[in-house]
Amino acid sequence: MPPPNEGAPALRLEDVRRSFRVGKRVVKAIDGITASAAQGAVTGLIGPDGAGKTTLMRLIAGLLRADAGKIEALGIDVARDPLAVQARIGYMPQRFGLYDDLSVRQNLDLYADLQGVPADERPARYAELMRMTALGPFTERRAGRLSGGMKQKLGLACTLVHPPDLLLLDEPTVGVDPVSRRELWQIIDHLTHSAKVTVLFSTAYLDEAERCDAVLLIHEGRLLGGGPPAAFTAQLAGRSFFASAAVSRRRLQERLARAPDVIDAVIQGSRVRVVTGAPTPPDAAALALDLPGLTFAPTPPRFEDAFVARLRALDAAAPSAAAPAAPSAAAAPPSAAVAPPAAASPTEDVIAVTRLTRRFGDFVAVNDVSFHVARGEIFGLLGANGAGKSTTFRMLCGLLPPSEGALRVAGFDLRKAAASARGRIGYMAQKFSLYGDLSVERNLRFFSSVYRLFGARQRRRIDWAVAEFDLASQMSATARDLPLGFKQRLALACALMHEPDILFLDEPTSGVDPLARRDFWRRINALAETGVTVMVTTHFMEEAEYCDRLAIMAQGSVLTEGAPETIKAAARTKARPDPTMEDAFIAMIEAAADAPTQASRP
Amino acid sequence: MMASLRRLRGLLRKEFLQIWRDPSSLAIAFLLPAVLLFLFGYGVSLDASNVPLALVTQRPSALAASFAGAFEQSSSFRMRRFLTIQEAERAMTDREAQGVVWLPSDFDRRAISGGNAPIGVFVNGVDTNTARIVEGYVQQVWAGWLAQQAAEAGRPAPLPIALQPRVRFNPTVNSRDFIVPGLIAMIMTLSGALLTALVIAREWERGTMEALMVTRVTIREILIAKLIPYFVLGMGGMAATVALGVFRFDVPLRGSLWALTVTSSLFMLAALGMGLLISTVARSQFVAAQIAIIATFLPAFILSGFVFDINSMPWPVQIITYAVAARYFVAILQSTFLAGDVWSVILPNAAALIAIAAIFLGAARALARKRLD
Repeated sequence: MPPPNEGAPALRLEDVRRSFRVGKRVVKAIDGITASAAQGAVTGLIGPDGAGKTTLMRLIAGLLRADAGKIEALGIDVARDPLAVQARIGYMPQRFGLYDDLSVRQNLDLYADLQGVPADERPARYAELMRMTALGPFTERRAGRLSGGMKQKLGLACTLVHPPDLLLLDEPTVGVDPVSRRELWQIIDHLTHSAKVTVLFSTAYLDEAERCDAVLLIHEGRLLGGGPPAAFTAQLAGRSFFASAAVSRRRLQERLARAPDVIDAVIQGSRVRVVTGAPTPPDAAALALDLPGLTFAPTPPRFEDAFVARLRALDAAAPSAAAPAAPSAAAAPPSAAVAPPAAASPTEDVIAVTRLTRRFGDFVAVNDVSFHVARGEIFGLLGANGAGKSTTFRMLCGLLPPSEGALRVAGFDLRKAAASARGRIGYMAQKFSLYGDLSVERNLRFFSSVYRLFGARQRRRIDWAVAEFDLASQMSATARDLPLGFKQRLALACALMHEPDILFLDEPTSGVDPLARRDFWRRINALAETGVTVMVTTHFMEEAEYCDRLAIMAQGSVLTEGAPETIKAAARTKARPDPTMEDAFIAMIEAAADAPTQASRP
Repeated sequence: MMASLRRLRGLLRKEFLQIWRDPSSLAIAFLLPAVLLFLFGYGVSLDASNVPLALVTQRPSALAASFAGAFEQSSSFRMRRFLTIQEAERAMTDREAQGVVWLPSDFDRRAISGGNAPIGVFVNGVDTNTARIVEGYVQQVWAGWLAQQAAEAGRPAPLPIALQPRVRFNPTVNSRDFIVPGLIAMIMTLSGALLTALVIAREWERGTMEALMVTRVTIREILIAKLIPYFVLGMGGMAATVALGVFRFDVPLRGSLWALTVTSSLFMLAALGMGLLISTVARSQFVAAQIAIIATFLPAFILSGFVFDINSMPWPVQIITYAVAARYFVAILQSTFLAGDVWSVILPNAAALIAIAAIFLGAARALARKRLD
């Protein structure tokens, strides 16, 4: 629907610039952004981590001062009169500052006091907010004891306690479970329609772009494009296809990514999504030799396709950029440098988890979880923050003893031989546990020596890593100064130094841009092809598509387990013939929530 | 104005609720001072007691035994007897004795004839402080014994006339009476600075400060809302610590309670102001605690004149001591505890505290910005 545009925009940015000093480097967090947001509309601020979303939000809220340029919010110059702006906006920072020791009600009272809401208006306002957020039954509960999604909704309620004219929401949905995410969007839609609030909404989830009236796509501090989401996808009309062939989907994807005129090829379910440079499908005849039974079916473009297309165009325009080369150049199948793991029957489960439970005090973080992962499989644990993914992971890596249940990794019982099992595991932590002050080469040397690689063998593995992960250009750069995508590659290289049989990846591509994510998954797929078992946690629904099988977790339990296609098929209804992974997740959670309530009803 | 008061009331209510529900502030205000006072109150001592001393009697006699008895009766020393000076010196080298008292072979003869029995005293000078204390104590015991001998023999006391030291204000020369007030100043500096610095750093860490910043609240309101609750808490801790000093350590409180309360309030404002100033630069609790210890606790310990005499410091260091709030409070506390309301001491030091509190609070107000950069 077109945004209701009533005269002047609610927000105007004019060549805004802001840089930060990081060590000796000056980082241009915002590098000349000119944009505007229409009144009464939801404007999405979309971009990967480090694109400058939070800095821009803080600049608009008057929490940071711009180096140059002009910001006008609700017709007020923010630099000149930040207090006047702050009186009329609502701002919800990434980690909204709720007071954990205070109850829901006391948090609301505090913000009502701070925002000057008169006492006689409060009961009505509170009632409305509680109805909107469904927090009514929990007003006396302390904020610290709410679930992640409920905290986020309370944060939003506190921001809205005095109805703002402009609402700034900094990544309110990242890491939140899909049900709460949907509820947050319902609240936002309600606000713009009934209260005519202007909303600026930042997110790293590209699929949320399509819910916005207008989108500002930012990347590395610059505006990559602006306008209604339909305008982005319209440029790609007729250029998106689903490919299928009588080969494995990974082989199909890998081959298509190298085909001429293919801009993007990603695995989606059992098929491969292809975006071409021109509105014609790739030349099936030319590819048929390698890919028997290759067919292309047109599909409507999505926002991510447009983002990738723009990034590719950017790369082509500036070939000197340090960004990883497009797969077409680097996509020669990775050499089988990771030796296939030594003999074991291929059907054997490399990871076997049986009735695993972990308690912290009276809190059950992981509750009766069982699953098996076969050799060479990519297995995903999908769930919101706090679902128990990381706790399960730590137990699998032998970092945390389970309270109950059995764990076998690479044939070792983790309760008895955690150290032996760890020698066969490669682990890449969420925040890439690299030594920021050491150079790339020093990091490689350190991590290889930790795995007891010395002398010629160490040299050989480092050479392999440098060649495999294109690290040569940055060998002497300190790890801290590397771009996010590069850090990710280095972290993966460090985790693979000792040629592990099993690779654990904790939120590996959280927040990196779509190109870096594709590059990363290309490598992971290649590893899996050589027999390495990969286990991955993620809160990105999209990422689940890359897995052979996955388990969906919520509140410590596994809701369902299976191939992505099977899980999605289970959520198929007449009204929704082609459900997304998120739809499936929501259907699953709702089914789980309904079951006990129905049972308890007389 | 009304809106401002309502915001302040909201913030204050939040702060008190948090203090009540999260015991960490209560621990800093009450537990930390109590633990430190017990630890240092018993640990730090400027008195010599149970100092091991070697006694060499070259020719045992009744007189020598009487002299040795004078040492053994003193609680300051623990005597070990040796027959030769060489053995005694070896014991001193091995740090088994802090000093040697040597009665030469003519001790008896000269004591009877001249009434002035010379003795040899060697003190281990490695630890100069202890050496000086031991030297003084040995002299006192010796002079006391000589005087006693003279009195028994009906003779006038030997010349030179032994000094009769009269210590004012601390008649038993119990260094604990002098240390505890100093400790209170030092401990409350740390407690006060930590209270404000940590709670603000905690708000930064948890992201609550960023959310506060974009409301209509002003920086002044945020600072006042931190100052009032932690002033109440800090004064509570102060009262508890003073009570502990008076009732547990038996330190006399000779001055008036109201003078102590007023000056303590001034000092608490200075300490809290220091914490607020720290909070303008430290945005994690770890950094805030580090700075608070280095910037408040250590100077209060070393530069307040409570352990080390300020007059014997080189002048550049002396100048720095003027910036240490504890310096003035130590002077005030030592006066109110041991001497009474000595206005000539209390008033100038209280004036200095007012100035320091004003500087810290003013600097915190000037440096705190309603921005993140």
